Amino acid sequence: MSSPSSALRAGSDPYHLGHHNEWIGTEPEYTGARSGGPAPKRIVVGYGFWIFILSDVIMFSVLFASYAVLAGNRAGGLGPRDLFDLRDTAAETALLLLSSFMCGMASLAVAWRNQLWTQITLFITGLLGAGFLALEAREFTHLVSIGAGPTRSAFLSAFFTLVGCHGIHVTVGLLWLGTMMAQLLTKGFRENIRHRFLCFTLFWHALDIIWVGIFSLVYLIGTILP
Amino acid sequence: MHILGKLTWDAVPFDQPVAMVGAAVVIIVVVGVAALVLAKGYLPYLWREWITSVDHKRIGIMYCILALLMLARAFIDALMMRAQQAVAFHAPGYLPPEHFDQIFSAHGTLMIFFVAMPFVIGLMNFAVPLQLGVRDVAFPTLNSVSFWLTATGALLVNLSLVAGEFSRTGWLPYPPLSELAYSPDVGVDYYCWAIEISGIGTLITGINFVTTILKTRAPGMHYTRMPMFCWTSLASCLLIVAAFPILTATLAMLLLDRYAGFHFFTDTAGGNSMLFMNLIWAWGHLEVYILILPAFGVYSEVVSTFAAKPLFGYRSMVIATMAICLISFMVWLHHFFTMGAGGDVNAAFGIASMIIAIPTGVKIFNWMFTMYGGRVRFTSAMLWAIGFMVSFVIGGLTGVMLAMPTADFELHNSLFLVAHFHNVIITGVIFGVFAGYSYWFPKAFGFVLDETLGKWAFWLWFIGFWVAWGPGYALGLEGMTRRLQRYDVAEWRPLLLLAAVGVLIMLAGILVQLLQLAVSIRTRAQRRDLTGDPWNGRNLEWAVASPPPHFNFAVLPQVNNQEPYWDMKQRAIDSGHLQTPEPHYEPIVMPRNSATGFVCAVFATVTGFALIWHIWWLVLLGLAGAYATFVVFAWRDVQEHIIPADEVARLDRANRAARSQALSRMRADELVVHE
Repeated sequence: MSSPSSALRAGSDPYHLGHHNEWIGTEPEYTGARSGGPAPKRIVVGYGFWIFILSDVIMFSVLFASYAVLAGNRAGGLGPRDLFDLRDTAAETALLLLSSFMCGMASLAVAWRNQLWTQITLFITGLLGAGFLALEAREFTHLVSIGAGPTRSAFLSAFFTLVGCHGIHVTVGLLWLGTMMAQLLTKGFRENIRHRFLCFTLFWHALDIIWVGIFSLVYLIGTILP
Repeated sequence: MHILGKLTWDAVPFDQPVAMVGAAVVIIVVVGVAALVLAKGYLPYLWREWITSVDHKRIGIMYCILALLMLARAFIDALMMRAQQAVAFHAPGYLPPEHFDQIFSAHGTLMIFFVAMPFVIGLMNFAVPLQLGVRDVAFPTLNSVSFWLTATGALLVNLSLVAGEFSRTGWLPYPPLSELAYSPDVGVDYYCWAIEISGIGTLITGINFVTTILKTRAPGMHYTRMPMFCWTSLASCLLIVAAFPILTATLAMLLLDRYAGFHFFTDTAGGNSMLFMNLIWAWGHLEVYILILPAFGVYSEVVSTFAAKPLFGYRSMVIATMAICLISFMVWLHHFFTMGAGGDVNAAFGIASMIIAIPTGVKIFNWMFTMYGGRVRFTSAMLWAIGFMVSFVIGGLTGVMLAMPTADFELHNSLFLVAHFHNVIITGVIFGVFAGYSYWFPKAFGFVLDETLGKWAFWLWFIGFWVAWGPGYALGLEGMTRRLQRYDVAEWRPLLLLAAVGVLIMLAGILVQLLQLAVSIRTRAQRRDLTGDPWNGRNLEWAVASPPPHFNFAVLPQVNNQEPYWDMKQRAIDSGHLQTPEPHYEPIVMPRNSATGFVCAVFATVTGFALIWHIWWLVLLGLAGAYATFVVFAWRDVQEHIIPADEVARLDRANRAARSQALSRMRADELVVHE
């Protein structure tokens, strides 16, 4: 057992955050939240990325608000009850949530520094995400084919933009995922690679939260309410 | 389909002489500067020390240079508008309507997005890490990306002079006018893509500085010890993080309407143009506070330094700043009381708009009480601050008038409104960044600017502003609406002529500022700032040499109170120990230069230009290039370089020697005063 004072030495980890102080030397350690000097890089990177996610959520909130305003403006066209099939949406939801679960597994594999399982779990994460995108693409092409494309009415413009924007995020996430897998493979579990992986997992889970909003506010309420 | 999309030779305005002169000037300036750089062999130096630099000080200086260049362009627009209105009484003037409309749109767009924003962000970049006592921002390479994306936006706006035309819909592209049916040319597309791209840069800046201020501060710097400029920068960056995603999404919806036939704001097929007004002002009202809050921070620094007193009411200032930050979310509807939302809604937003004047008033009183009883030095920076206090109160009061829905129905879209926002933006934001410019110039370049010419510049700007925009209030009350290309009301004529004289006085102010810069550079040997503390400053940026070393602080300073550097100086003078014992120097790890930002901006420019002209293969190429750039950046193995301990020691010893000499002089002065 180490004494409390030695636990506060530079390079120690008093809060069990799993990181070691990178500012070894004259600087006192950690936090930045109070007054102990600059926070370690892992905290800075994660914190910055959280703020990015917040800004991204605000962007989605604009699209949600526009959808809410325009949802009733159908210009004589079809509405949510005629267009949405909750079984497809349930399948999409399942794929996306399972993908997030696999992403969590990948975090564990990275924590154990196990390259094989990292690659396997990330590959499944990507596969499930691609499955989600395929279902979404099928839904979109179906809607366009029956004359309910985004140019038909303000309601459909807002619908395609909101759901499509989430789809673009998933696509960009897949691109990032592929790059991340290649990086983990070639560079190993280097510190800055792990920081990036942390950001990727945050991003991937945040997309789930957005999807839960879309599922509830667009599909569920749209098909339940008259 | 054409391989260059909509781009043909018709895009070049050969038939419009005035526009052609503008195009020629842009081409001559760009080609001339490029030729000069290449001929003199400056390129390797510029590439190594500036273009690829991730140093927050260099990036800050580049932001300010960009802002000054765009100020020149946008001020020429202002001159052209004032000249047009001076001659267009019962006459067509020299600018045809479609050209006049482009000029007022470009003037507003440039002034807000590419003058005020980069100048404010430039000062933040330069001063915040120094004031926090740290070595760089949280994400140095992203900081460079931010700058270069902003530069891309500015470049695209100016490209519209050469190829095609700029937006004719005002500085905010109100639909349905900005929809494809009414603006079929590329003007609105130039606007939208330029703002989308530079907006991403601004968002990254916001994220970067929120993280920097909240997570990287010198040891001992509690929140209540942060300099006021850091507080206001924090508030401003929080607003950026909250507001710019709204702008991005709103313009994206407008672009979908224009490019893909969507119906967000078309007023047909269920689209609703008032949705655009709400969304754009949900961003736009935060934007004015994004601009003014850092300016308030600059005034706080300047007033307390030149009154030689701590800032009066520091905590109330912090509360006022954060109160403005919060209330600014709840007032956006006052930009369109005439929408017809009803008396209750209008009253709620009107009251919220009046409430926001209270924390601003708190700030004005705090600055006055800081000066009260102080030994005020009337330097040019201080003059800008005092000119601001006098003028901004008037701008604020006319704002409260506009916040009353009943009055607003009369004043809406009149020149009274235009005079009001010029009053707050010019005498608030622009005076603030000029105060910051003369205050921090010696820190950035190691020599002080000529004070006499600086004071001349202030008086010309101050008088010029009131001669130009004082009549604006009167014209608005006489019923003149904004954006008139011609008019036939005889009563307006003398006031518009007076306004034209005012803008010429402001032009003289700008010319004096250029002269000031030229004279100061030529005589820089006599105006060197050897101590790093030319103004007897109070915060940590004055504790380092001028210009600061690449790593800012040899050893991170220990902060013990609100004014750490003033405290260090006073303790040294009082105790007579002018030199603290030499610290133990260690090697310093700094981020390496990176071309990522610049290369990204090249691809962003290509992508933006291709999108504007519907050149789809080039869009794909640009996006693929941007992705490749990030992969290359992500793949590098060495991200940092190490400055050896003896190099750190060498630089710091020189600074310490100069500083202890200055302190001994100050001690001698103080002994004289006490006797």
